[in-house]
Amino acid sequence: MAAVSQPTVTYNIRKRRPALVEFCIAQPLGAISGVAILVMLFAGMFAELVAPYDPLTINFGAMLAAPSAEHPMGTDAFGRDIFSRVIYGARTALTIGFFSSLFGCTLGAVIGVSSAYFGGRIDMAVQRFIDVMLAFPIIVLALVVVAMLGRNLVGGVDVNLIVAIAIPIVPKVARVVRSAALSIREMPYIDAARAAGFSHTRIIFRHMVPNVSAPFLIMFTAFIAQAILLEASLSFLGLGVTEPTPAWGLMLSGNASDFYREAPWMILFPGLAISVAVFAFNLFGDSLRDWLDPKFKV
Amino acid sequence: MSYLRMLAAGFAAAGLALAGPADAQTPKRGGTLTYAISAETPHYDCHASDTFATLHFASPFYSTLMQFDLAKYPGVKGDLAESWTVAPDLMSYTFKLRSNVSFHDGTPLTSADVKATYDRLRSPPTGIVSTRQATFGDIDTIETPDATTITFKMKAPNPAMMEHFASPWNCVYSAARLASDPNFPRNNIMGSGPFRFGEHVKGSHVTGLRNERYFEPGKPYLDGFRGVFMSQPAAMLNALQGGQVMAEFRGISPAERDRLVQGMGDRVRIEESGWTLNLLVVFNVEKKPFDDVRVRQALNMAIDRRAGAQGLARQATLRDVGGLVRPGSPFAIKDADLAKVPGYGTNIAAARAEARRLLQQAGVPNLKFVLHNRATPQPYTPAGIYLVDQWRQIGVEVEHRQSETSPYLAAMSSGNFDVAVDFSNLFMDEPSLGLAKYVSFDRAPENRSRSIDRELDRLYDLQSRERDTAKRYDIIRQFEARMFEQVYQAPLLWWHRIIPTHKTVMGWEMSPSHNLGQNLAGVWLNQ
Repeated sequence: MAAVSQPTVTYNIRKRRPALVEFCIAQPLGAISGVAILVMLFAGMFAELVAPYDPLTINFGAMLAAPSAEHPMGTDAFGRDIFSRVIYGARTALTIGFFSSLFGCTLGAVIGVSSAYFGGRIDMAVQRFIDVMLAFPIIVLALVVVAMLGRNLVGGVDVNLIVAIAIPIVPKVARVVRSAALSIREMPYIDAARAAGFSHTRIIFRHMVPNVSAPFLIMFTAFIAQAILLEASLSFLGLGVTEPTPAWGLMLSGNASDFYREAPWMILFPGLAISVAVFAFNLFGDSLRDWLDPKFKV
Repeated sequence: MSYLRMLAAGFAAAGLALAGPADAQTPKRGGTLTYAISAETPHYDCHASDTFATLHFASPFYSTLMQFDLAKYPGVKGDLAESWTVAPDLMSYTFKLRSNVSFHDGTPLTSADVKATYDRLRSPPTGIVSTRQATFGDIDTIETPDATTITFKMKAPNPAMMEHFASPWNCVYSAARLASDPNFPRNNIMGSGPFRFGEHVKGSHVTGLRNERYFEPGKPYLDGFRGVFMSQPAAMLNALQGGQVMAEFRGISPAERDRLVQGMGDRVRIEESGWTLNLLVVFNVEKKPFDDVRVRQALNMAIDRRAGAQGLARQATLRDVGGLVRPGSPFAIKDADLAKVPGYGTNIAAARAEARRLLQQAGVPNLKFVLHNRATPQPYTPAGIYLVDQWRQIGVEVEHRQSETSPYLAAMSSGNFDVAVDFSNLFMDEPSLGLAKYVSFDRAPENRSRSIDRELDRLYDLQSRERDTAKRYDIIRQFEARMFEQVYQAPLLWWHRIIPTHKTVMGWEMSPSHNLGQNLAGVWLNQ
């Protein structure tokens, strides 16, 4: 009996590309904004190496100098190099933006998940409180908090400013995370965890919080942009960072409003820095959402 | 034409010719003056305050015994006083008061009220602050032989006493109100000034209404006023340009002036003057290491005032390098002598080398501290920025912390600071007034350094009694030299005053002090 030859089946499985490459191909705008964020991050972290001048050193001899090879973004009314101040300003913006967003989003996520998990009267009370918080415009709430707390510098960073910016973020994140957590609460593995006698804390932090990491990550990125903008707004209003600390919002206020006609670079470059930073974080957040959320992949 | 008709026509023509300019200067009644106040007063008590924020708020509600005659500044004229006599030996002053004065609650103002006011100023009850205690320390007794006569008997002659009586801070309070509550003026307004208190909305505005019983016939001309608190210069400039406010009586920077002139053209009136006001760097001598004179000297001599004056003059209300007495005034130090003082001269490199050596010697080569400053942009913020830069150049790390007027002053009064930017807010160039801030803290609460220096006290008393100008000048130089050596407080720069008003605002008089001329009795609107 002649042997029956088995048909050869060839599977052409494409080798999976690294996630980063996939992201860059699928979300080119997100990738570009990611590069912009990395550049800012690098500039902020290594400002001492990147900035050509000390951002605080006054040089009245170079007062209001126009952009040139010596001062690529010109100088301000104290003769301080604006390029150097913009670079150091990235450090201020990113530090406050990152920690405000981290603190606000983490607290918001915990509140949102807990509210969804417990449900009932607790959920009702928490959600009504969040409704009250959401009724305040974000800048007004931050203004109230910063005015109440005052300043508290720790290692050159105003901790109270971070708290003031984080608080308006909390209810927004809590509301979004709660809606995601509501569906997770009904999952069998949560019932199983309950049946196994796990504590509420364990169920919330071990089983629910990790499952809302996708919306958390997206909001965390997007709220960095909001926090940077809020920090700039508060500094512009004189309630944020104080002179002579280089901060983008602060660079737009003070005597910049007196000299912007004869030295428009005093407001142009810090304004540009704020715009680029906010745009980059927003775009990156959107791309991350598109990348992570299965609904957007359909 | 008959002779009579010609004569009538002639009179009519002459009348018309005269009517134009005369009418433009004849005050009109009515209208509400709105003006910006760039800081909000922490309380209402003139006696306890030394910030313009209190006077620009409260002056229209109060009268004083005497006042400065701004048309003949620094001459003085009566306010409540109708006439006065001064003893040739300057040992007594007798004032005859107007008889038609009443407080806003309708009670008559008598010599008893003036006595109660000056007793509170020179010797305040426990718990009450009078920042004029040292100024009126020479008064021995106050007598009131009748309701309209008051006599001040002196312990020692004080050639500047009449000017002190004209101080705008000496708001006359009701004796009855003070008897019931010595702290009454801190939170309440009850004066005899041209305007009655309307309302104070914190963070927003203060209003006043015309006092129909005001003792000067025909005044005030305005129906009322509204002082709007605007701490941000940009908002104030926009409000001026937009007509929401008609004036700012404290002073704006040269850059702000240029912006207003460019934006408003001939609708704005700009008046400029020197300013009896300077910024000081104050070291809290009760805190380490500022109890060490070497540290204070080092920080003082590291400041390049000459360069600072040039650079800051373009963007801030700061302009002149000077000592303890305003440059250009009769008792001021000569510039050549001042230039020899480290930090006030031109050889800043040598001064900074010496400063580093002194810090090393004092054991604090890497000194760090907080500079306490006022969150009033002009000129405190530029001054703070400049000081941080100057001290960094000798290796000192400074955190610049700015607070609103109320917490700023509270910290200054309680000594809750290391180093601070302070101000010497004067209303005349009289050295007894200006130097009072530097005498010992137990005599002068306005001495924020909290220093006790009996040598300075001795020299202060000596100069205040010296009637020979040349000898007095020498004593003041000794006082100044002692201060430059001990550096409890160090002058930074003197201010330059620029006032913008809408051209419709009439009758307001410019002076070298923003404390004067703010009762608004003579102000009217040409609308």
